[in-house]
Amino acid sequence: MGFLDIRNVTKSYGSVQVLHEVDIEVEEGEFLVLVGPSGCGKSTLLNMIAGLEGISGGEIAIKGRVMNGVHPSKRNIAMVFQSYALYPNMTVGQNMTFGLEMHGVPKPERDRALADVAKLLQIDHLLDRKPGQLSGGQRQRVAMGRALVRNPDVFLFDEPLSNLDAKLRVDMRTEIKKLHQKLRTTIVYVTHDQIEAMTLSTRIAVMNKGYVQQLGTPKEIYYTPANVYVATFMGSPAMNIVPSSVVMQGGVPHAIITDADGAVKHLAFSQPNLAAWEGKPILLGIRPEAITDPEGADRKSGNIVALSNRVGVTEPAGSDTFVTMALSGKDITARMRADAAVAPGQVFDFAVNMEKAVAFDPTTEERIAP
Amino acid sequence: MSGVTQDTAVSTGRITRAFIYLVLILFALFYLLPLYVMGVNSVKPLAEITGGNMMALPSVWTLEPWRQAWSTAQIGVEPTGLRPYFLNSILMVVPAVAISTIIGALNGYVLTKWRFRGDTWVFGLMLFSCFIPFQIVLIPMAVVLGKLGLAGSVPGLILVHVVYGIGFTTLYFRNYYASFPTELVRAAMIDGAGFFRIFWRILLPVSGPIAVVSVIWQFSNIWNDFLFGVSFGGTSQPMTVALNNLVQSSTGVKEYNVHFAGAILAAFPTLIVYIVAGRYFVRGLMAGSVKG
Repeated sequence: MGFLDIRNVTKSYGSVQVLHEVDIEVEEGEFLVLVGPSGCGKSTLLNMIAGLEGISGGEIAIKGRVMNGVHPSKRNIAMVFQSYALYPNMTVGQNMTFGLEMHGVPKPERDRALADVAKLLQIDHLLDRKPGQLSGGQRQRVAMGRALVRNPDVFLFDEPLSNLDAKLRVDMRTEIKKLHQKLRTTIVYVTHDQIEAMTLSTRIAVMNKGYVQQLGTPKEIYYTPANVYVATFMGSPAMNIVPSSVVMQGGVPHAIITDADGAVKHLAFSQPNLAAWEGKPILLGIRPEAITDPEGADRKSGNIVALSNRVGVTEPAGSDTFVTMALSGKDITARMRADAAVAPGQVFDFAVNMEKAVAFDPTTEERIAP
Repeated sequence: MSGVTQDTAVSTGRITRAFIYLVLILFALFYLLPLYVMGVNSVKPLAEITGGNMMALPSVWTLEPWRQAWSTAQIGVEPTGLRPYFLNSILMVVPAVAISTIIGALNGYVLTKWRFRGDTWVFGLMLFSCFIPFQIVLIPMAVVLGKLGLAGSVPGLILVHVVYGIGFTTLYFRNYYASFPTELVRAAMIDGAGFFRIFWRILLPVSGPIAVVSVIWQFSNIWNDFLFGVSFGGTSQPMTVALNNLVQSSTGVKEYNVHFAGAILAAFPTLIVYIVAGRYFVRGLMAGSVKG
């Protein structure tokens, strides 16, 4: 039993089921990120944990206490909303202590909690202002402060960074991570941004169409995606998925692919269990950073395969140069070092790190290796 | 785009501008003319009105007509002046406006933030009450007031006006609260505030503009109402009915100067409300109507 238990939870509106048997156990101090495209049910699940939406089936328990039907204010949770939801008529200080006041905490205690949190978030100079006089980043801090002051069991974040501009978003992301490392609180965080999910979480639940597609650490999600959906949703640029099939050469399974000029090539797998798929079609998944110029290849990898191919388009992005080229009839992206000498139209020798290759069943789209 | 419009504004020039202002001033004067006539004639002796020009300034200034209209003029059979009726109107209008505004605010809060199955129907029906003509409900209302024992009393009039006003006040507050972010209500719920606490602490403090609209609308409607007043007023008739009795009396000499003074007295409270809160009225109407 975890700290926050989500047991076979479903949600339906009339005959439409929007969440299907979600089962997640969150340990104390974990940072769980629910990530997925809009409409995947992640915010609904968060609202159900908060008690703002009813539970159609299953159970949600916090610290072993079943929360079905318990009022939001009695769950000892705090929530940070996307729009921050600061009370416009109250000062920052009043905003932050409103919850304590409603819970009957005496004034001296409220003031002490307020002072502590304001200092922690460096907003002590803003306490007498109204939310309308604050910048976006300051409002974001106040919204977090309002949650922190309550000292709840579980923090719920509903896309808290999506209203900020790009630079501030990155800063606040680091800030939230620091805060979590310092306070070791249990957090459930909803976002549609896979980078936020990767950087912040201790565990990620990738959701789509009301199903949890995969639940795991960022590393597991990134290197061993459960299916093609997770593989392409997490990571930017997305993982390259090309149709292929397995052939055995010298007892080692190889992926058969065709290059941009139509020549057939074989790439040796590091996963022996693919022998069972000999002669059968598969989907080959390779992350862009696993296809590089030879000098940029991972030295620690035990399986770098050379692949010469005609370069389609080059996109210098400053830190890296992205190359787009055709492989087995699909456009794939490779990530080169910034100063790799590569020109469009040229045939170039790429290095493919097959240790990081993933294979999927083409009919079910589930991962078959590694 | 704005540069272009600014150019045309400059090129229309001073002459066009002066012409526009002239026309506007003329219209304003024209609209103010009745008030001028009433004002001027209410401070003249009666002889000057009957024997002279209505537009002329008085040759003898007197406040006697005002004193008479207020305290000694014959209203019906009693020489009480308008004073007791003015008091009736105040006693009726203040609670009626307050109650209908508060109920409207609560209705708007429930219809937008505590939605329930069929809430749009409920709202539709309340809206429908705005379109029912007064005359239709006179007889059923008389029966209801009679059964409640409120016929011919100030509380009875308050009830009638509250019932009639709820449709409008609900409409105002519902549209205003519809654009109020629901996340704030949810945040307050998590913070532990209940139904009334959220209303009192979160919504009401930002409801100023729409409350002004509601108060102005209800005040002018209830203060100026004649039909309900004359039908259900009984012994506590409002100002409008008394003014009618003063002006329409068919015996004796028509004291026009007293009538003018009485009419101004009757119009005075609404005038004050509009002057004091008029600009909030427009602002609030806009705020409520942009997001519906």
